[in-house]
Amino acid sequence: MSITKKTDSKSRRPKAVKQSASQRKWAIGFIVAAVAIWVFYTYIMVHLPDGAQTIVQNWFPPTALNEAMVWVIAALGLNIVVGYAGLLDLGFVAFWAIGGYTAGWFMSSFFRQVNIHILSTSPKVVPGMHISFWGVIFIGGLICAFFGLIIGAPTLRLKSDYLALVTLGFGEIIPQFFVNGSNIGGFNLTNGTQGISPVDNIGVPGRSLSPFDFSWKFFIFVLLTAFMVFMSLRLRTGRLGRAWLAIREDELAASMMGVPLMRTKLSAYAVGAFSGGVGGVAYATHVGGVFADRFNFSISIILLAMVVLGGMGNVWGVMVGALLLAWINSTGLPAFGDLVNNTFHTTINFPSYNFLLFGGALVLMMLFRREGLIPESRLKAILHEDDESAPEIGGAE
Amino acid sequence: MSILSKGYQARQDRRRYLERTLGTLAALGILYWLGINFAKSPSQFFQASLIGLSNGVLYALIALGYTLVYGIIELINFAHGDLFMLGTVFSANFISVWFGKTHTGIAAFGIFAACLVAVMTFGASINVGIERFAYRRLRRAPKLAPLITAVGMSFILQFVGLHWNGSGQKTWNSILPSGQIKIDNVTIPYTTIISVIITVPLLILMSWIVSRTRQGKAMRATAQDQDAARLMGINVNRTISFTFALGGALAGAAGLIFQQTRGLTSYNLGYQLGLIAFTSAVMGGIGNLQGAVLGALLIGLIQGLNDGLPIGLGQQWSQTVVFSILILLMAFKPTGLLGKTVTEKV
Repeated sequence: MSITKKTDSKSRRPKAVKQSASQRKWAIGFIVAAVAIWVFYTYIMVHLPDGAQTIVQNWFPPTALNEAMVWVIAALGLNIVVGYAGLLDLGFVAFWAIGGYTAGWFMSSFFRQVNIHILSTSPKVVPGMHISFWGVIFIGGLICAFFGLIIGAPTLRLKSDYLALVTLGFGEIIPQFFVNGSNIGGFNLTNGTQGISPVDNIGVPGRSLSPFDFSWKFFIFVLLTAFMVFMSLRLRTGRLGRAWLAIREDELAASMMGVPLMRTKLSAYAVGAFSGGVGGVAYATHVGGVFADRFNFSISIILLAMVVLGGMGNVWGVMVGALLLAWINSTGLPAFGDLVNNTFHTTINFPSYNFLLFGGALVLMMLFRREGLIPESRLKAILHEDDESAPEIGGAE
Repeated sequence: MSILSKGYQARQDRRRYLERTLGTLAALGILYWLGINFAKSPSQFFQASLIGLSNGVLYALIALGYTLVYGIIELINFAHGDLFMLGTVFSANFISVWFGKTHTGIAAFGIFAACLVAVMTFGASINVGIERFAYRRLRRAPKLAPLITAVGMSFILQFVGLHWNGSGQKTWNSILPSGQIKIDNVTIPYTTIISVIITVPLLILMSWIVSRTRQGKAMRATAQDQDAARLMGINVNRTISFTFALGGALAGAAGLIFQQTRGLTSYNLGYQLGLIAFTSAVMGGIGNLQGAVLGALLIGLIQGLNDGLPIGLGQQWSQTVVFSILILLMAFKPTGLLGKTVTEKV
């Protein structure tokens, strides 16, 4: 007996008119915010009094903003895995690293044996593989998606906490591979701890952006972030996204309703990994190189803290969480430390407190506000479902 | 029987056949690798195995903490490895700073014994504190919540370690005798012997507590069914606290042994070792005490052989080997070597 006749999915779609209106609204808000920030940094800041300028430079430097957007891109990817599909991934740094090294391989003079130039900013005489940033973004994303499928296929059948461990192991193996990869059967694949640098500049039609160019990079990263937001929002309302939410809420019920568990989970993994790869490529171009020791476990945890703090499953929450924590990590905490140390003449090492901050954020959020700062309404209901209900059978979920 | 289930059956059979073939091939490959290494240099082979086994004993102590906690509340206690790290820092400070002992002697053994008691109490109380403060409130929450909390706790403990021990690696003098026994070309340091002498009774004590005492019976009952256990008059909260205390005490003891045999402490040590220990627990079948010890010895042995044999991947790939084993185990045999097959209830 087989009931595999496909029902017409179009007839069940929620009304399209309402959606497009709300989607136009976010796009407008997003563009306005981006333009306002850009105008502030390029035109208004130079006219500010000197004191105000140094404050802005110390507390909100433009490069920190660009870096924060790289974090947002990766965090939105993790949000698809953790927030939408409810699969805990503790090794997201692996995708970040693979994306970064893709940029290192395809956008630098590292492979001196070859001389390939595709729409690149570097002069034709320079050896190595030089492919345009816009192409490498997709290559990096696709390679990561492929690895997401490889790691997901055999393990997604496991219980959620086992899955977390497998991803954790994967997140350990990949960076170690890059550290030790200077001699794979005599071939230097990753240049070991020295890493690969410099990475080519981003090219836009007619010019090549210098590493310190703020405006263009800002708009490119805004564009990438907007693409990720758009993808997250569209996927969520689509058939696949609803299947993810269903799996997150109740796997058994979802499979009874005809959601193919493996395929749906795998696609969450692949899409999340794709975003991680894009983040990795963007990060490599932002820093101007890839260095193996940058890719460690704490990146996975910071990304997770961003998703959890902001609100699992809520794109805007994750974005706010990512911007906030990225800012604290890169500028906020050191700047605050300098302020306190200079005022009270102390020598407290504030950046070392980020362990406490991120760990504490995870624990306190889980204890007191599981749904995050900007909660997603559906998730809030689920996360507190068990609080009121009478105790059920202990061992079973 | 319908066509559908027949196809399913065939697929399952093919899968099982493939797994068995691959497993046999892998086993043959490993045997071949061991064989050529043994032929090349038997003394190096034994030396590597010895180092591996002495590491394995240490992993066993940590792995038991994971397996105990997982067995009773199905939580992977990520903070456990960092608890071990705090144990190493505590021991180093206890012996070398507070008591100022840097050399071996009769008094040193007394201090060592006192430190063992102190560090076990220390580990137990921190673990119980974490459970009381965080995990207990989340016992009914969806599984993601306690898991993320545990990760956060691990970070908090690392922060404590970072501020207690400093950001770099610290080296300490061991107060254990530093000599060694030499049999042909294989050397056995006294520290290895002492660590085995301490660990084995601890493991036996552990096994006795769980299988023979009243409290152990309560633990097993709680692990099976919390509500039924509660109906039988078992204080479930206290039993879970007791389990955490046992795990914490073992992690503390492991911390002392590690610090005294290796003579170093570092704040980020717990994460790596914790993961290796967890892999051991999974290898033996998580929730199974004997399994955890067996898995730990095997993982230690594998690691020792990989690091020490003349033909091997070498120390730089050590972690990769262990974590690859973890992933392969999860993919093909998530129940581990001694674990029983549990049907997923979801």
